[in-house]
Amino acid sequence: MAIEVRIPTILRSLTSGAKSVEGSGDTLDALLADLDTRHAGLRERLVDDSGLRRFVNVYLNDEDVRFLGGLTAPVNDGDTVTVLPAVAGGMS
Amino acid sequence: MLTVSRALLDRVIAHARADHPDEACGVIAGPAGHDRPERFIAMTNAERSPTFYRFDSMEQFRVWREMDDRDEEPVVIYHSHTATEAYPSRTDISYALEPSAHYLLVSTRDPDEEEVRSFRIVDGTVVEEEILVGTEAQE
Repeated sequence: MAIEVRIPTILRSLTSGAKSVEGSGDTLDALLADLDTRHAGLRERLVDDSGLRRFVNVYLNDEDVRFLGGLTAPVNDGDTVTVLPAVAGGMS
Repeated sequence: MLTVSRALLDRVIAHARADHPDEACGVIAGPAGHDRPERFIAMTNAERSPTFYRFDSMEQFRVWREMDDRDEEPVVIYHSHTATEAYPSRTDISYALEPSAHYLLVSTRDPDEEEVRSFRIVDGTVVEEEILVGTEAQE
């Protein structure tokens, strides 16, 4: 089973520079746990105590996983997960 | 140093003025690895706020995918401050996660004064840089 996970520039230090890595799992949560066994620290950049971090966008194929159940979103062989840090800021 | 055409800078400022008093935001894409901003992309501020901005998640996905397909990168990420100076705030710095982008700030606090400054923000460190304005026409 292979699910492609596209990694943003800022996180490539955790994947030895790779723009995309592969993993497996039935849900996004399981997939991230699997990736973390080979790329230590990756999960923590994406997940905190309350679930997916607020200012990280994770997409399953062409949809934002926030609308697919977040960490519980089912993932399947052949899916592509894309991670993009949110672009945001403010006055203070 | 950020090298950018007058035409592109004018589009950034026009966008900021049009959205005032909400913060405006966007990207200028360019060919990957060339540090050359060429393609202006105004983004929606999903927060629609005078004090905060955030790219809409699906719009960002489409724009980033498109840049990838075109072998481009976000050379400039711009946004405006509507009541404060054109300098990165604490939140600007904490969310600046594109290490090779130039962070361009426009302040629209004064309707008659052009206030545009550019910065590199890497690992939480802000370094201001000069803006070299060119005259060639761009998209």
